[in-house]
Amino acid sequence: MRSKVRFHLNGELHEVQHCPPTLTVLDYLRNECRLTGSKEGCAEGDCGACTLIVAEAGSTGTEYLAMNSCILFLAAIDGKSLISVDGLALGDGALHPVQAAMVEQHGSQCGFCTPGFVMSLAAMYQDHDQQPYSRENLNLNLAGNLCRCTGYAPIVRAAEQSLVSRDSTLVKELDQRVTTELEFLESDPPLSVEGTNGRVFAPRTLAQLLELRKNHPLATLVAGATDVGLWVNKDLQTFDTVIHTGAVAELLEISKENELIKIGAAVRLRDALPELIRHYPSMRDMLERFGGAQVRNAGTIGGNIANGSPIGDMPPALIALGARLELHSLESRREIVLEDFFIDYGRQDLKPDEVVSAVLLPIHDDGQFACYKISKRPEQDISALCAGIFMRLDRDAIEEARICFGGMAGTPSRAGQCEKALTGKPWRRDTFESAMQALKEDFTPISDMRASAAYRMRVARNLLLRFFIEHDVPERRMQETSSVR
Amino acid sequence: MSDSARDKAVHRAVAHDSAAKHVQGTAMYVDDIPEPRNLLHAYFGTSTVAHGRIKRLDLDRVRAAEGVKAVITSADIRGQDDISPVHAADEGVFANDHVQFYGQPLFAVAASSRDLARRAVRLAGIEYEPEPAIVDIDAALDAGLFVSEAHVMSRGDAEDAICNSPASVEGVLRTGGQDHFYLEGQVSMVIPVEDGDLQVYTSSQHPSEVQQTIARVLDKPANAVTVEVRRMGGAFGGKETQAAQWAVIAALLAEQTGRPVKLRLDRDDDMQSTGKRHDFIIRYQAGFDDQGRINGIRFFHAARCGMSSDLSAPIADRAMFHADNAYYLPAAHIESHRCKTHTVSNTAFRGFGGPQGMMGIERVIDEIAQHLGTDPWQVRRANFYAEAPRNITPYFMEVQDSVLDELCSQLADESGYTARRTDVMAFNESNEIHKRGIALTPVKFGISFTTTFLNQAGALVHVYKDGSIHLNHGGTEMGQGLMTKVAQVVADEFGVPLAQVKITATTTAKVPNTTATAASAGSDMNGMAARAACRTIRERITDFLVDEQDVSRSDIHFEQGMVRYGPQSEAFAAIIERVWMARISLSATGFYKTPKIHYDREQARGRPFFYFAYGAAVSEVEIDTLTGENRILRVDILHDTGQSLNPAVDMGQIEGGFVQGAGWLTSEELWWDEKGQLRTHAPSTYKIPTCGDVPEEFHARIWQQGCNREETIHKSKAVGEPPLMLAISVFSALGQAVVAAGGDLSSLDAPATPERILNAIAAGRRD
Repeated sequence: MRSKVRFHLNGELHEVQHCPPTLTVLDYLRNECRLTGSKEGCAEGDCGACTLIVAEAGSTGTEYLAMNSCILFLAAIDGKSLISVDGLALGDGALHPVQAAMVEQHGSQCGFCTPGFVMSLAAMYQDHDQQPYSRENLNLNLAGNLCRCTGYAPIVRAAEQSLVSRDSTLVKELDQRVTTELEFLESDPPLSVEGTNGRVFAPRTLAQLLELRKNHPLATLVAGATDVGLWVNKDLQTFDTVIHTGAVAELLEISKENELIKIGAAVRLRDALPELIRHYPSMRDMLERFGGAQVRNAGTIGGNIANGSPIGDMPPALIALGARLELHSLESRREIVLEDFFIDYGRQDLKPDEVVSAVLLPIHDDGQFACYKISKRPEQDISALCAGIFMRLDRDAIEEARICFGGMAGTPSRAGQCEKALTGKPWRRDTFESAMQALKEDFTPISDMRASAAYRMRVARNLLLRFFIEHDVPERRMQETSSVR
Repeated sequence: MSDSARDKAVHRAVAHDSAAKHVQGTAMYVDDIPEPRNLLHAYFGTSTVAHGRIKRLDLDRVRAAEGVKAVITSADIRGQDDISPVHAADEGVFANDHVQFYGQPLFAVAASSRDLARRAVRLAGIEYEPEPAIVDIDAALDAGLFVSEAHVMSRGDAEDAICNSPASVEGVLRTGGQDHFYLEGQVSMVIPVEDGDLQVYTSSQHPSEVQQTIARVLDKPANAVTVEVRRMGGAFGGKETQAAQWAVIAALLAEQTGRPVKLRLDRDDDMQSTGKRHDFIIRYQAGFDDQGRINGIRFFHAARCGMSSDLSAPIADRAMFHADNAYYLPAAHIESHRCKTHTVSNTAFRGFGGPQGMMGIERVIDEIAQHLGTDPWQVRRANFYAEAPRNITPYFMEVQDSVLDELCSQLADESGYTARRTDVMAFNESNEIHKRGIALTPVKFGISFTTTFLNQAGALVHVYKDGSIHLNHGGTEMGQGLMTKVAQVVADEFGVPLAQVKITATTTAKVPNTTATAASAGSDMNGMAARAACRTIRERITDFLVDEQDVSRSDIHFEQGMVRYGPQSEAFAAIIERVWMARISLSATGFYKTPKIHYDREQARGRPFFYFAYGAAVSEVEIDTLTGENRILRVDILHDTGQSLNPAVDMGQIEGGFVQGAGWLTSEELWWDEKGQLRTHAPSTYKIPTCGDVPEEFHARIWQQGCNREETIHKSKAVGEPPLMLAISVFSALGQAVVAAGGDLSSLDAPATPERILNAIAAGRRD
C-alpha cells in the first residue's frame, strides 16, 4: 500500500502526501503549483478551458486523453502523466505546432478558452491512433471546448494546418518521454491514503474494491467524476472517503460470450464506443454526442447508470436492448434487468455493500434497433429526451417491441402501453399511430429548462414515427438526405 | 509619411499582440496575478426569492464559520449605496430589506480561502416575506411596471400610411435574452495601499466606472482609487456596468479588513447574479405597396429590463434607432416601453438593443414577401435606403453612406443566392421530413454612443530615450484586438516596427475619466486619441529637426524605423536621444471627440451617429420537422470594415460576431422557473454554439471596396458589434424552412430552439 499520490506533470515527478479526497487537478495546478495556464471557465466540465492531457498506458501503447481538470480528482491521475498548457511548448522554447498554428491562424481572441483548445488539439496531435484529420473528427474532439469570441472558424483553420500532417519525430519524442514516465510508476503498489484530509483508495482488483466497499459503506465511489465533480464544485459536498474504480482490472474488461457483450462498469465511454457501435451502429450518433471528448474520456458506462440520472443517455438504448446489470458484493453476485435497477427518481436497487460491476448487453441479430437523442444543441448537451427502440418482426407483424425513454419520467422507463399497442400488430403506419397515442398512457413528462412537457410528448411520438419510416420495407422506406443529425 | 502600403503598420493582418501568450497560458488574467501573501477571498450570499422583504437576516453562523474574517451587509456602507451606472439610485451593492430578484446579493464575507468563503455564505439564516413577483414582460406590461419612461420616435403619419396601403401585415415577435458567457467570469482583486487608497485589478470594460463607483460607495475621492485592467477573458458588454459590483464588494471588505481581497464568481452565480441581453416583445403593423415597398410602419417595443434601470434606456433607444435596419420607412411610429421585472437587471450586450430592433423589421420584410409570394431578398432590396428623399431615418438623420445595394448584390452573386434558392425549393419538393430555407439579410449599424458626451477618448504616449515607445489609452482589451490596432496606429505614426510599441494595461492613473470600451467605438476613438498623442510628439521632433538640421517640415519622414530628412536618414532612436538632450518632452497625451454628432432626444431628432457600418449574410439551413432539430448548412458573409486597420482582427470579429448572433437566435435560451429563478445558469443548461454548429461552408469576406467616407482612423470602420446581426439571416432562413413545412412564419419566436420550430410548424398545420 502507498499513501502518496504519484504522477508526472510536464515531465516532473509529483508526490502528494495526504491528498484530499476531492482536490481537483485544476486547483492543484493553479493553487499549489502556481501554474495558471489552465483556466477555470465553468467548474463543471462543460467549457473545456481547463483541458489538459492525461497520458496513460493503453493496451497497444501510451494513450493521450484530453480531460477537464476542473472535475478531475488528483487521485484519479495517480500513476499517470499530465501535460498541461504550461508545459506544452517544446524544450527549446519554440511553440508546439498546434500553438504555432493557433497564432498564425488568429485562433485566439480573448485567450481564455485558448489553453483548453490548445490542449484538445495537442491531444489529437499526439493521438495514439494518429487518426487522419477530418472536420467531423475535429467537431467530435472540440465539442467540449467552448469559445465565445472566434466563432471557431480560425480554430478550425489552425487545426487543419497543424493536424493534416504531423511531425512524427515530435510525436515520438514526447511519446518516449511519457512512456518512460509511466513505466517508472508502473510497479507502484495500490494507492491507499488515510490521512488528516480523508481517505482515498484506488483498488486494483474487484476483491479489493468489494472489501473496501464493505468496510466503508458510506464511501463515495468515483469513476470518471464527471458527475461527482459537480457535487463537489457546485453543491460543495464533502466526502471523507473516496474509492476510485478506475484501476479495478475486472471493471475495465470488455468481453463477449454467448451472444452477450459484457462491459465492465469502469469502462470509459470512449473505450466502449467502438464495441457498441460495431454491434449497434445506430448508437453512433448518441454515443458521439455523449458529452464532449473530455467527458467521454473520463466518464464510464457504469457511472452513467449507477448515479440513477433520469436523463442519462445510455440507459434507454440499453434497456430497449434488454441489457442486464451485474452487481457484486463481497458475499454475492447477482444480475438484474437494467430497468429494474431504477426504482424511482434518485433511488436504485443497490445495496450499501454492492457495486455495479458490469453491463451485460445481448447481441440481437434478428431485430430492428434505433436510438435517438434530442437536445437543444446538437453537440455536448444533456438530452431533453432520449429513446431506445427495439422491435422484432415475424413476417409483417411486430412480434416483440421494447421501447424505453429517458427524460419522460423520473427514471429511464419502458413505454408499456405503447409496446402493447405494437406487439402482435401488423407493421403498418396506423399501428404506429395507435402506439403514438398510447404514449400518453405511459408518460406524464414535466416541463423544465430543456423542454416543455408538450414538446417531450410530441417528439416521443414522432420518434416512433421516425422509427417506422426508417425501418419500413425498402420500397417505402424514407430516403432523405439530411444534414440534421 | 510614406503612403506606400508596404511599410505601413496599419491595414495589415498582424497577429493579436497576446496571441503567443494566449496559446502558452502565459497571458495573465486577474485570477492569474500572483496573490499577495495575506490575501482574503470574498464571496456573497444571495436571495432565494424573486421578490419580497427580508424578515430576518441571521449571519451569526456565517461569522462563526471557519476562516471567516469579515461579513458585510448594506449597513456597512459609509458612502452612497448606489451602483447604478446612470446614478438612478435604484440599485444598491446589496439588497437592503427589499429583495428584487432571485440571486440578488444580500451580504458578503471575506475568508481565508475561496472554498471557506463559499461554504460560509451558505450558512445564513434568512426569512423572507415573499411578494408577488413580476418575472416577464407581459406581466410587467399588465402591471404597468417600468424602470423608466416610455419613449417615442415618430416621422410622418404611420397610421394613415398603413390605412392607405393596398396591403398590410401585423404580428408579434418575441426575441429572447442572452447570457454573455464570457469564458472568464467576473473577478476583482483589491489591494489596500497607503493613505487608505485602493489598487484595484478587475475584469472590466469600464475601469473609470469601477473607480468612480468604488469611490462613491466607500466615500473616497476618485484619486484614492486606481483601477487597472490588462485584459479580460471576454466581455461582450457583460463587463461594462456589471463588473463594478464585485469590485465594490472586494473594496468594502479590503477596507474593513485592511487586507487584499479577491472576489471571483463561480459560473453559476455569475449567470444568476449578473445582467444579460434584454428580451423583447415587438408588435408590428406595416402597410406596403404591390412591390413590397413599405409605406408606413408602427412598432411597439417592450423590453425586459429587470429590477433596475442600468443601461436599459439607451439600450431600448438603440433598438428604436435600428427598427429601420437598412430600410427607408416613409412614415414610422416607434414606441418603446422599458419594463421592470423581478429578475436580474439586464445590461449591455454586443449590439446594445440594435439586434432586437432589427429583428422586428426583418420579420416584417419576411411577412411582406410571404404575403406577396416573392423572394424576400427582392423585398429587402426594394426598401433599401436610397437617394433623397428615400434617405431619411425615423430620427431624421440623413443616410449618406449606404453601400448595401452594391454590397448585397455582390454577395448575392458570389454566394449563388438565386440558384440556391431554387435548389432549396426543389429540395423541399422532394423531401417530406426535412425542409430547408435560405435568406439574405443586411445590416446597417449606427456607430457612436447615442449619449453624445460619451464619445470622447484619451491616450498617453511616452517615447523613452532608447526609442522604445510606451502606449496607454482608455480602451480595454477583451479579446477584440483593440490594443493591437492602436499599437499599429502608433507604430505607423512613428514609422517604427510594431514590436517597438509596448502595450500597457489600461489604468485610471494614466488616462482619466474614460468612457467604457463599448459601442464598437474602441479603435475609432482610442486610435484617434493615440494618434493625436503621437502627432504631438512627432511635431516636437520635427520642430527639433527643422531647427537642428535646417530642413523644411515637409522633408521630414518617419518610416521603417528611421527618420529621413532631406537626403539624410537616421535611426529613430538616435534622434530621440538628441531630442531628449535638447530638453524636449517625449511624452504626450492625446484626446479625441467624435465630430459631427448631435441628438435631441426630446424631439427624437438629430445625427446620433458619425457613420454607419454595413454588412450582409446569406444563410442556408435545414430543419427536421419531426423534432425541430436544425442545422446551418452554409453561410456567406460580406462585411464592410472600411479600410480595415487589421483584416485578421476584423475577420475575427465578423466570424465570431456572426456565430454569437446565431447562438442568440437558435440554441441559447434563458429559462426561469415559476419561482423566478433562472434555471439555465451554467453551460450544462445554457447552450452557446460549439464548433460543430459552425458549417464547413462558412465563407466570410471583408468587402474590398470598403472605405469610410468620414475621417475615421485610417478610414476604417468599427466592427465589434455589427457582425452579430448578420446572424438574423439564420433566423430568417429558419422561418423560410418552417413555412416550407407548412408552418406559420409569424409563430416562430427567437431563440428558434427545436421546440419553437416544431411549435411554429404545428401552428401552421393547425390553421
